[in-house]
Amino acid sequence: MTQAISHWSQANQERAAKILEAYPEPRSAIMPLLYVASLEHEYVSLDAMTEVAGLTGVTPAQVQSVASFYTMFKRKKAGTYLISVCTSISCYLMGADEVLEAVEQESGCHHGEVSSDGSFSVEHVECIGACGGAPAVQVNYELVEGITPATGQKLIEWLRSTRPEVVLADEMQQLFGGQRSFDWGSTEPEGAIAPVPAFGPYGSAGTDS
Amino acid sequence: MSDLILTKRMNAHPGDSHTLSRYLDTGGYVALRKALFDMSRDEITAEVKASNMRGRGGAGFPMGVKWGFLAPATPRYLVVNCDESEPGTFNDRQLTERDPHQLLEGIIISSYALGVKHAFVYIRGEYPKSARRLQRAADEAREAGYLGESIQGSDYSLDLTIHLGGGAYICGEETALLNSLEGRRGEPRLKPPFPAVEGLYAKPTIVNNVESIANVPWIIENSGAAYAAIGPERSAGMKMVSVSGHVNKPGNYEIELGMTWRDFIFDVAGGIRDGLELKAWIPGGASAPWFVPEVHLDTPFTIDDVASNGSMLGAGAVIVMDENTNVVAAAHRLVYFFADESCGQCTPCREGTTWLADVLKRILDGHGRPEDIDLLLSISESISPGLKWPPMMTTICPLGPSAVSPITSITRWFRPEIEAMISGSEVSDV
Repeated sequence: MTQAISHWSQANQERAAKILEAYPEPRSAIMPLLYVASLEHEYVSLDAMTEVAGLTGVTPAQVQSVASFYTMFKRKKAGTYLISVCTSISCYLMGADEVLEAVEQESGCHHGEVSSDGSFSVEHVECIGACGGAPAVQVNYELVEGITPATGQKLIEWLRSTRPEVVLADEMQQLFGGQRSFDWGSTEPEGAIAPVPAFGPYGSAGTDS
Repeated sequence: MSDLILTKRMNAHPGDSHTLSRYLDTGGYVALRKALFDMSRDEITAEVKASNMRGRGGAGFPMGVKWGFLAPATPRYLVVNCDESEPGTFNDRQLTERDPHQLLEGIIISSYALGVKHAFVYIRGEYPKSARRLQRAADEAREAGYLGESIQGSDYSLDLTIHLGGGAYICGEETALLNSLEGRRGEPRLKPPFPAVEGLYAKPTIVNNVESIANVPWIIENSGAAYAAIGPERSAGMKMVSVSGHVNKPGNYEIELGMTWRDFIFDVAGGIRDGLELKAWIPGGASAPWFVPEVHLDTPFTIDDVASNGSMLGAGAVIVMDENTNVVAAAHRLVYFFADESCGQCTPCREGTTWLADVLKRILDGHGRPEDIDLLLSISESISPGLKWPPMMTTICPLGPSAVSPITSITRWFRPEIEAMISGSEVSDV
């Protein structure tokens, strides 16, 4: 029913095997495997979808129908840093449109675009659950709350000049953030290594290598 | 005001409330041992039922009653809904990041009571930190014998899988969530059959919200009756409320329900920022009809009082707008959300939400037409006949009818403002 993807990196093969073990039915592994495939291929390519189909015992078309339903499976290569600006109601009320404009201007790309050097892609997104710290943005799904047009612009400059290998929410929050939805408590050691949610089983850095 | 339940530990120990050592040090996993060794499964379920807790995910259905619907077939599943995506809500994020063991203990006790051997937590993809903290908590708990094989030496074993979503609001709807967890498009299913009979992999499944499950350890330790004694009779227990928008003190507050909206907005949330006046607020997330100060400030903040005034508490998200808010722009932002998040299965929702957003945009852009208010209401009527609340359903799930709430709200409370925008418009062919 399933086959190994021998040309994937050893780390990604191991991730895939563990993910498949975590579910009673292999089809449930499609979404997690699409995240791992995004690490392997830098986005959810047609090859990636075909490979995930092989791993889960469904057809490539079935995987494509799943991948195309969800906004976080990027079917084109994103920038190194995916900037998601929340423009839903609470962030809108607190000035998100101006933040989006500043981020677009500084990064040189508009919603849905990738910057010419491949460093950034920008998107406006629906509510990311940071309403008490509005307006908020995410970089590779790591959160910064209480951002302004000025700090949003500085965040982009900082990413461009320091090019962090691991994107850490606490570091960005400390440098560029403001009002938080709630006290974040202690520092979180793990962060993102790609425009994919940083969750150990799907790939992250920090306590997981 | 009663003592805090869910946020007590994180407030007292901000540096390490998410760790096992702090959890154990503050009474953690005592309720689990009590449930495993001193109570029968039926006794646990009876306590949850006696708590009168109404599900915290939005629908407000009594949790114990829902548990009672679980069909006898096996295997059966518990799925915890952490797809918190209703604009304005961010309390599940705090509960999972700051006190993951509390949720985990609730999951283990609930799974034991329900005869579940494999539980799932569906976390929205935009909450990777929640997933990491809960995974680390699960790893610690497994190591210490609170999760996995033969929990605490009993004959009970439980597996837990944490699953990240892919960025789709609709997956907060429980049957869409189950489809998504099965590796399918997150499209809601027709009900019946309800998940308690045919849920995940067509097996009996209970889907509960994070906040609901996180209350279970306290209920088991202190009794359902003790929980039911907190707050008004039909809004029992402490409630996490997220407040955002133009207030001085946005954030999550764990409160006893029953205070007036005046007290909540001006005392708890610190009043309107910059000394401005309150214009309107949404009492229960993007889907809920709006409240206005002229009418609702002295309405009690309870599930039933909000419902009898034509709105809902939903998942507990209060969004506050000051006097400078352009209500057409705010309504457009809300409706655009629903248009963007519609799964597309049902025509009234797929087409209607997009049309509503387009007409609002036209008014905003200065191209409104005199007939546009009637047009907005007519489109709304096609999605939700009679424009009643709770809405009449023409669709599989409530997403489409939710998009009508901003329209009925602004046409009811702010009609002259919309008319003024339209009369200042240049009519075009857009």
